[in-house]
Amino acid sequence: MSANVPLAPAPEAPPEIRAAQEERLRKVWTTPSGWRYWTSVNNTEIGLWYGAAAFIFMLFAGLLGLMVRVQLAVPENTFISADLFNQAFTLHGTIMMFLFAVPIFEAVAIYLLPSMLGTRELPFPRLSAFGFWSFALGGVFVCGSIFFNAAPNTGWFMYPPLATDKEYSGIGADIWLLGLSFIEVASIAAAVELIVGIMKCRAPGMRINLMPLFAWYLLIVAGMILFAFPPLIAGDILFEMERMFDWPFFDAARGGDPLLWQHLFWIFGHPEVYIIFLPAIAIMAMVVPTFSQRPIVGYSWIVLAAVGTGFLSFGLWVHHMFATGLPQMSLAFFSAASEAVAIPTGVQIFVFIATMLAGRVIFSVPMLFGAGGLAIFIIGGLTGVMVALVPFDWQAHDTYFIVAHLHYVLIGGMLFPVVAGIYYYYPLLDGKKLSDRLGKIAFWLMFTGFNTAFFPMHFAGLRGMPRRVFTYPADVGWDWFNMISTIGAFIFAAGVGLVVIDVVRPKKKQPRCPENPWNAGTLEFIGSPDEKWGVRSVPVIHSRYPVWDQKDLVENISAGRYFLPDSQSGQRETLVTTVLDARPVQCLRVGGTSVVTIVAALSLGGVFIALTFHWWLVTIACAVITLGAILYWLWTGTATIPESDDYDVGMGVRLPVYASGPDSVGWWAMFITMVGDGTAYASLIFGYFFYWTIHDDFTGGHAGPGVFWPMVALTLFVIAWGAMLAARSLNAHDRPRLTQAALGVAALLSLGGCAAGLAGPFAYEMDPTLYVYPAIVWVVAIWTVVHGAVGIIMQLYCLARSLTGRMTARYDMDIDNVVLYWHFMVITAVTSFGVLGLFPLVR
Amino acid sequence: MVVGGAIIWALVVGLLLYAGHARREPITARKASWLILGGGVAFPVIVLFCLLAYAVWLMPQIRPFMPALMDNKPQIEATGEQFWWRLRYLDDGGNTAFETANELRLPVGERTTFRLKAADVIHSFWIPSLGGKMDMIPGRDNVLSLEPTKTGVYRAPCAEFCGTSHALMAFSVIVMERPDFDAWRQSRIEAAAMPQPAHPGRDLFFRHGCAACHTIAGTPAIGRIGPDLTRIGERQTIAAGTLANTKDNIARFIREPDAIKPGVEMPAFGMLPDGDIEAIAAWLGGLK
Repeated sequence: MSANVPLAPAPEAPPEIRAAQEERLRKVWTTPSGWRYWTSVNNTEIGLWYGAAAFIFMLFAGLLGLMVRVQLAVPENTFISADLFNQAFTLHGTIMMFLFAVPIFEAVAIYLLPSMLGTRELPFPRLSAFGFWSFALGGVFVCGSIFFNAAPNTGWFMYPPLATDKEYSGIGADIWLLGLSFIEVASIAAAVELIVGIMKCRAPGMRINLMPLFAWYLLIVAGMILFAFPPLIAGDILFEMERMFDWPFFDAARGGDPLLWQHLFWIFGHPEVYIIFLPAIAIMAMVVPTFSQRPIVGYSWIVLAAVGTGFLSFGLWVHHMFATGLPQMSLAFFSAASEAVAIPTGVQIFVFIATMLAGRVIFSVPMLFGAGGLAIFIIGGLTGVMVALVPFDWQAHDTYFIVAHLHYVLIGGMLFPVVAGIYYYYPLLDGKKLSDRLGKIAFWLMFTGFNTAFFPMHFAGLRGMPRRVFTYPADVGWDWFNMISTIGAFIFAAGVGLVVIDVVRPKKKQPRCPENPWNAGTLEFIGSPDEKWGVRSVPVIHSRYPVWDQKDLVENISAGRYFLPDSQSGQRETLVTTVLDARPVQCLRVGGTSVVTIVAALSLGGVFIALTFHWWLVTIACAVITLGAILYWLWTGTATIPESDDYDVGMGVRLPVYASGPDSVGWWAMFITMVGDGTAYASLIFGYFFYWTIHDDFTGGHAGPGVFWPMVALTLFVIAWGAMLAARSLNAHDRPRLTQAALGVAALLSLGGCAAGLAGPFAYEMDPTLYVYPAIVWVVAIWTVVHGAVGIIMQLYCLARSLTGRMTARYDMDIDNVVLYWHFMVITAVTSFGVLGLFPLVR
Repeated sequence: MVVGGAIIWALVVGLLLYAGHARREPITARKASWLILGGGVAFPVIVLFCLLAYAVWLMPQIRPFMPALMDNKPQIEATGEQFWWRLRYLDDGGNTAFETANELRLPVGERTTFRLKAADVIHSFWIPSLGGKMDMIPGRDNVLSLEPTKTGVYRAPCAEFCGTSHALMAFSVIVMERPDFDAWRQSRIEAAAMPQPAHPGRDLFFRHGCAACHTIAGTPAIGRIGPDLTRIGERQTIAAGTLANTKDNIARFIREPDAIKPGVEMPAFGMLPDGDIEAIAAWLGGLK
């Protein structure tokens, strides 16, 4: 199915043909005007909105940080009340982590990746839009809570039993749990989009070892999101069940354990740090070669180091729990792993230094922010090495030393590189550069302000000042450090303010800078900010720095001499290539402007918001609308049978428009989503066995679901899976009636499986509020049954597609993807009902 | 470690600045790779290995392993409550010898073993001058041992965020010579058998229901909800490290505990006549 890639560009078309091509492309990729502008799904629009929203949330959280600093400026201050202080620091951390640090990179990636990879769009633009609207709504909901004195007030880590105490945390904890679960959905959507985009939508010839480093980093980070966020989602489910229905997962009196939350939270929380940090390094990995005017030294070293960091980051979480009384053997292990992660980090820093040394450096504002960020980050790294040592951490844990450490890491390792990125990439927006002078002033304000604010915190911490205190006594030697910190915080804020001013100041009169103003070697600067089509034609790439190495590349691209110079179908098209060596395999038609994404995101938001307030009817109504919107979206926008299966993509190459199985992006998206889903499920099963390990009799004397019903459920789901395999095979042999019959049988069997799955715990009258064992059994059963129900919807969807002739032997993407879902489903069902039914017998 | 860190920082940032300097000859790619290997891999591996080895060697010295602790029975059971500390001195059989709150006395030069519990939410037990912290987690008993080396008075704040007044939850630690400690311990054990003399404040204490929550040895007050107030007059602070121990402060706290310590469980008694509150405060302040 794949074509060999011609290396030479096609001959140049006559000017009138080119003008007609451009006209068609412009029409296809146009962004609507008026209110419909907001229905746009272009990666440049979504990326921009996403980034702007994340930045605004950051400024809001920054104000909360200033509030905290004012309160702590002098001892025994009464500027804000204890409760407002607790809301402010909780929201500060929560917003910075969930609404700024992670989304800003999804934003940057959505904005930059297509052009960087030399392609038109990411594979699922509507999914990006859905993610953005979910994020925006969830963010406003979480931030807004503080104006109603209803913000979460238990710290961003939400430790139970404080956070499960309804009297203390009120509705705030629900807002945290549900609002952020909603945003996590958006993050996972973005991760799916980025992974599939990077693996399947590169320019032809851009083999995986030629990818820009930014793409490598984002691929790693998206993979990490896929494994890091689901444990938190699983934790959120347990947490919300305890808050809403009094299921005692974290209540020690009824067999629960507060430490389970800490494990799940930090299995998410530590990789989170690297999810934030790696993309910032990715920006540096683009900035440094440009300003050294040479390729990066040690490309494979830095990629290996990034992969290594990604892996190691999942083995460190216990270093947030050194003081919880875990056995010292495990502390020593996690201490060693925490030290080890310094090594790949060091490699990455030295790759930058070596690249600079091997080139001639042009010191500009982006480099200034990059180098300043590194100088700050290295201090954070060194204090990180200190706190990774258990004896030191016993002393420093939960003190201002940690506050200093984490801000050195995150501001040095993330915020400064982001500002470097803003100065570096701003010309992409409207062809104008930001001001060098303002940039330099802003840098020095931020740099000195930051160090003034956070360096003294090391000393305050070593002198015994704990974190998260709204006040402190006057006579214990912390007052001067705090006063200096507060002053520094305001200087730092002034620097950030100056960056904001530089970005938003009107630039009408400012002359345009040349295209590719920094003479970068990668592709992201070659598109024009005036055109929405991304690249004029999709080039053939055979270098890591094609703009430097491939002669006349930019001219040939703009002359339309490469792939897809035209849109004959009147639809948005981009190329799909193979994962490793980027041979083109398909011309993908991506979704265009649509309102369905907004409807789906807002109604899903409605589900989470209504749950917060326990408005059950509204919840159900919103859920039905969400389901309807998603089905409409899929029915009208995906797996459409094309007018012809053989399409001219230019350069004398013809490609299919429809692909299914591993060739298609949809199959990959399903696979990746299910890996994330499986991780959340594994976390729940981890919870089941965690309770088993901490109790002598983990049933607590309560009845289990028996053996009979779980085994019935297991059997029915396995047969349903078999029926799905049969349906796929029958469909492939062009037997639509039998396919439909098999799908119908499979749906009935699944329905039986769902009923039997719930019948076990129901028949034995397991009351989940009495003890943790019945509660965890119910949760695992419900999780499986909900997935079974989704499976039924998918089966009926395939049935409907087949009945309406939208799914045939050749055009079989729907059933292919649904069978893939069922592979995961059958693993889930066998594990769930096997564990629930049989494990109580063998333990 | 700090000096080492400072040197490494200076070296790396110096190298960074030098690299950013325009007027110099670019180095070869080969040299650059050696730099990555040396600076990014070899050097940190050696330094980190040494640091880790030292830390792992240190761990059991600071905190003897669990089996070793089993012979060394806890002498004190500390329970974190919102927002104060219940402290029980245990006898050799592990039973409570006496209970006190928010002020700990320890003998110098000896290892004392603590059993740490939490009554409501997670707290963390930390005496910064004596050693590292250990969390107090509902449903789990943690063990910690500390060996003070100098006599003196130390402040010990709660180190895990535990609610509205987390900042106002501390206790004081008085490290004393062994004979002084023994004398104090003995007198506390005997306090239960020594009836407290009559006092107008004593009568008011009972009339206004204070005894429902508080215990005072030598009186019929055996409330278990709030802190034990036996000999509260000899403590350094009141309200878990929040206020200096003066008669006025005791009266203030009785009048409006919530204003001093937001989220506190104790109800305000501002509706009592001033004279009553002052009498109670005077009596409590005099319990030594």
